[in-house]
Amino acid sequence: MAAIITIRNLSKTYASGFQALNNINLDIHRGEIFALLGPNGAGKTTLISIICGIVSPSAGSVKVDGHDIIRDYRHARARIGLVPQELITDAFEPVWDTVSFSRGLFGKPPDPAHIEQVLRELSLWEKRRSRVLELSGGMKRRVLIAKALAHEPQILFLDEPTAGVDVELRREMWATVRRLRDSGVTVILTTHYIEEAEEMADRIGVINRGELIVAEDKQALMHKLGRKQLKLQLQRPLAAIPPELAVDPLELSADGSELTYTFDAQHQHTGIAELLRRLSTHGIDFKDLQSSQSSLEEIFVNLVRNPH
Amino acid sequence: MIKVSTMNYYAIRAIYHFELARTWRTLLQSIASPVISTALYFVVFGAAIGSRMVEIDGVSYGAFIVPGLIMLLLLTESTANASFGIYMPRYSGTIYEVLSAPISWIEVVIAYVGAAATKSVVLGLITLLTARLFVAFEIAHPLWMLAFLLLTAVTFSLFGFIIGIWADSFERLQIIPMLIVTPLTFLGGTFYSINMLPPLWQTITLFNPVVYLVSGFRWSFYGVADVSIAISLGMTLGFMLLCLLLVWWIFHSGYRLKQ
Repeated sequence: MAAIITIRNLSKTYASGFQALNNINLDIHRGEIFALLGPNGAGKTTLISIICGIVSPSAGSVKVDGHDIIRDYRHARARIGLVPQELITDAFEPVWDTVSFSRGLFGKPPDPAHIEQVLRELSLWEKRRSRVLELSGGMKRRVLIAKALAHEPQILFLDEPTAGVDVELRREMWATVRRLRDSGVTVILTTHYIEEAEEMADRIGVINRGELIVAEDKQALMHKLGRKQLKLQLQRPLAAIPPELAVDPLELSADGSELTYTFDAQHQHTGIAELLRRLSTHGIDFKDLQSSQSSLEEIFVNLVRNPH
Repeated sequence: MIKVSTMNYYAIRAIYHFELARTWRTLLQSIASPVISTALYFVVFGAAIGSRMVEIDGVSYGAFIVPGLIMLLLLTESTANASFGIYMPRYSGTIYEVLSAPISWIEVVIAYVGAAATKSVVLGLITLLTARLFVAFEIAHPLWMLAFLLLTAVTFSLFGFIIGIWADSFERLQIIPMLIVTPLTFLGGTFYSINMLPPLWQTITLFNPVVYLVSGFRWSFYGVADVSIAISLGMTLGFMLLCLLLVWWIFHSGYRLKQ
């Protein structure tokens, strides 16, 4: 798939000496939802801020739809909409005015029909004459999305879009993001909610301490890095795992009633058949078994803890 | 196909209208308040005290202070409007939108400074009309008067814009207008001709840039000036150029705007 954003050897060191990004190389594909995961302070917002023109890079290059963000900033920025993490907008402005202002700022002529469409899609039409300060937190966040969409961007950055919002609103946001993707907008979202990335993203990038650890298709990532576990409920509790079986990645629960076997789902020989044969040989019977796959959260935690 | 023009006129218009809309939202504070306080100056210094003063350079005292008072309003309002205009987005965080927009620093400056200067010029003209209610005067060079009005408004709006970028608190935002601009304006010949000062103070006063603004502006009214009109014009343009260079450096270096 063609890249709409190309990041090469991007680094950022702030005046304080803090290195926020270290040699980032990343392609964002046209029309995808890309989730950038990482713990607080990992460099997610710095990366977005550089692409959008808010922070200057120390080294490297970024191209947006083929346009360099420094040399050809007008073309690059015209294609981008940004929804910041904080609920920051002009509190005293009516919704209609502040959204129209954003459209003008990005060099687009007035288009009341488009503004109306955006406000209706975000359930803000009834509030178009209300001042921003009169709106709830969820509505304010939708106003920020409306502002970012006012100039019909090809790329939308959502920096922690559901931080601090309730479950219902979070699901509404997800639906909105999917609609945008379906309309052809490339969406890049940062989040530290694994559930959010798992629910929405086509591809996932994990960033930690300024370094991009991985950027992969979500399913491929889960397949590649996900571990499967087989849990066996034993007929009779064991005091300990027999020494002949201890070589396997086998764990016994504290009460001795459950054996957990962890295996690589990608590997051709998982070792399950061999394990079951050996259990039978040792007279260990089980009454139930179940298998489970690591969640994205477990993968993420594992990646952040053991990046290499 | 995205069309991006060489100049982002829509962005200039958006910021300009936004800034002027703020003026309309706070009409009483933005327009009525400075006009009322200037009218009070005319009542006290023009009508009450001025009637007991002798003429200066053949001009009645009440009429003599009109250009100075307009200039006082113009300098303080231009500085305050422009500094507040750019400081507020920085303070609230909404500056992210301007920084991420396809807009050049020249366009940002035209929009913010243009809006602040527009408001100041309108206020100056309203004050001029208000003054006419209290004292009789004529304008000898109306085009020069408008030129000085515009030039001063733009120059001090640029100055205010720089303060708005430099300030990192509301206290700092107020400190230069309060401790430097206002005293310089009062000591710059607003209420007197510098020829009325002892020779030493006349020399010291010539280091005050406001003297040249007030003198030039007063010349456009009555054809009399403390310093040559060419010097007045040159000093004003020089200060404007200095401000433009500082603004260019701010955007070039990203000072207080970009990390």
